[in-house]
Amino acid sequence: MLDRTEDLLKVENLSKNFSISAGLFSRPFQLRALQDINFTVKRGETLGIVGESGCGKSTLGRCILQLLSPDEGKVLWLGQDISRLPEAEMRKKRRDLQIIFQDPLASLNPRMTVGEIIADPLKTLMPEVDAKGRRERVIKTMEAVGLLPEMINRYPHEFSGGQAQRIGIARALISEPKLIVCDEPVSALDVSIQAQILNLLSDLKERLGLTLIFISHNLSVVRHVSDRIMVLYLGRIVELAEGDDLYEDPKHPYTRALLTAVPIPDPKRARQRSIEGLVGEIPSPINQPSGCTFRTRCRFAQPRCAEKVPTLETLPDGRGVACIRWQEIELASGA
Amino acid sequence: MADVLVVDGLDVTFELHESEVKAVSNLDFSLAEGETLAVVGESGSGKSQAFLSIMGLLARNGRASGRAMMGDVNLIGLPPSELDRYRGKDIAMIFQDPMTSLNPSLRLRTQLAEVLVRHQGYDNDKAYRAVIEMLERVGIPEPVKRANAYPHELSGGMRQRVMIAMALLCRPKILIADEPTTALDVTVQAQMLDLFKTLTNDFGTALVLITHDLGVVAGVADRMMVMYGGRCIEKGPTDNLFYDPRHPYTLGLLHSTPHVGKRAARLDPIQGLPPSLEHLPKGCAFHPRCAFRFERCFEERPPLLPVEDVREKACWYQGELKYGKVA
Repeated sequence: MLDRTEDLLKVENLSKNFSISAGLFSRPFQLRALQDINFTVKRGETLGIVGESGCGKSTLGRCILQLLSPDEGKVLWLGQDISRLPEAEMRKKRRDLQIIFQDPLASLNPRMTVGEIIADPLKTLMPEVDAKGRRERVIKTMEAVGLLPEMINRYPHEFSGGQAQRIGIARALISEPKLIVCDEPVSALDVSIQAQILNLLSDLKERLGLTLIFISHNLSVVRHVSDRIMVLYLGRIVELAEGDDLYEDPKHPYTRALLTAVPIPDPKRARQRSIEGLVGEIPSPINQPSGCTFRTRCRFAQPRCAEKVPTLETLPDGRGVACIRWQEIELASGA
Repeated sequence: MADVLVVDGLDVTFELHESEVKAVSNLDFSLAEGETLAVVGESGSGKSQAFLSIMGLLARNGRASGRAMMGDVNLIGLPPSELDRYRGKDIAMIFQDPMTSLNPSLRLRTQLAEVLVRHQGYDNDKAYRAVIEMLERVGIPEPVKRANAYPHELSGGMRQRVMIAMALLCRPKILIADEPTTALDVTVQAQMLDLFKTLTNDFGTALVLITHDLGVVAGVADRMMVMYGGRCIEKGPTDNLFYDPRHPYTLGLLHSTPHVGKRAARLDPIQGLPPSLEHLPKGCAFHPRCAFRFERCFEERPPLLPVEDVREKACWYQGELKYGKVA
């Protein structure tokens, strides 16, 4: 049995900035992509990460995998900080930590056959496996993701989007990882294919005891796959809770607004619902508002919201909310 | 309500190196004044090509035949010079990616005013005033300042608002929107769908909403048309199709869509892949993926026939559609 209480991954005070050049003679801008991120991922769970474009969700996925190095903070993998590991050491960990990307065709090398693509991680991550062993593993993995083994010598362009994503999943699975970061894995796919891939991911997760971090802008998809969900806004966690708690009883005004904006595939309910209007659009991450970064779009904002950045407060039920007014808002809306 | 567009027997064919591909086959539908019609389908279903052909915007190897009557005028087969009397004025189209539809080197005021100068014969001052008024109507803050901006200075949501403003400048009878909210974040998408509802109400414009997202359809469409393999396979009022779908593909799409309000253990997706238009299956194009197929479906293509008063479907199966029973 899986020990679902063990912390597989722990992220502490993680921050990531990007320098944006402003021309030859100007000081570069600092784009604060992630600020003070803290969370854990337990073995066997699926953690969903949602937010709008530019909120830092993909950057966070890449910082966890050390595809980007965080500026501050730690990424603890089974208790060991991997954010400062030399590349040779990190490579040993990469067996356990894999990623699936959004655009399946763009993330596959067009000049390699499917078999070569899927086997590629093994060459660097598990050099002890010989050519015959690699082929066996490739075939086994292809079958696991619903690809016919006779497709092994074909090239990526011969596949549809859904099949290409299966290849991407097979490549991520081949080294038998413990954790897979899925970065918008179904966003580029047609609805019927999207559902097939979501089912495949949940089957594989059960069968192989995987832990998933599922990044998406689509709240319906995230709800469907996730045990717990983190909501990001301008590089900060605004709410982190169990899926049902978050969707049925959101506490942060941003989560509330986000949820009312999700299109509902049910005409009667869609006509009745009122959108808890979000004013305007996300501010630029280069020029962030003082205090709570959401206050410029929040209909509950007050002058004191500008004073200091709200901390992620942990409630008795274990959820985290970063809003100084969440209790007042809850009372005011009669929930 | 009078019909503003009546399409009849529309075919769209593309010539490839050694073959022809039929992207749209025998499409019939009408669009009433002020109504919102959703056209739903997955990639390759022909939903975009059907409307590009009506706008005279097919790629060079594409050919359209049939009729698309706007009043007494058949838009299909009109030479571009003739079409330009109607395009942008009576019938307008907006696309998924607003950045590629705006001229990056012109200020917004210039490219928007051009529409009115050209179609309505406005002078520059009058056109400018109308542009500012329309930018305000579509919810652009500080329209005077924004009118001087270039497209790259705006966010994606703002650009899509500009596109809507441009499309509505001449108060067209018909607005075709091809995946207008697909590239936008949910909160902006919701604002945009609200805007569509308000504007079609205020201007009496009929809206064609081409989308793959049933969630978007549910909130705004009066009627919907589901396409598969280049043909309409089911058509009718939105509520009927959502609550009582009669075509297995419509049912399958509904079951494939994750719902934010409920967490099902598993989705019930349609098996298999959408067909390639070059190799459409014989008989019903959907039969290889259909859980309700029987012998006839392999051989004969079902015609689109009325079911009850207000709806049509193209399917031989007449029994009850229950998922999970057959699979």
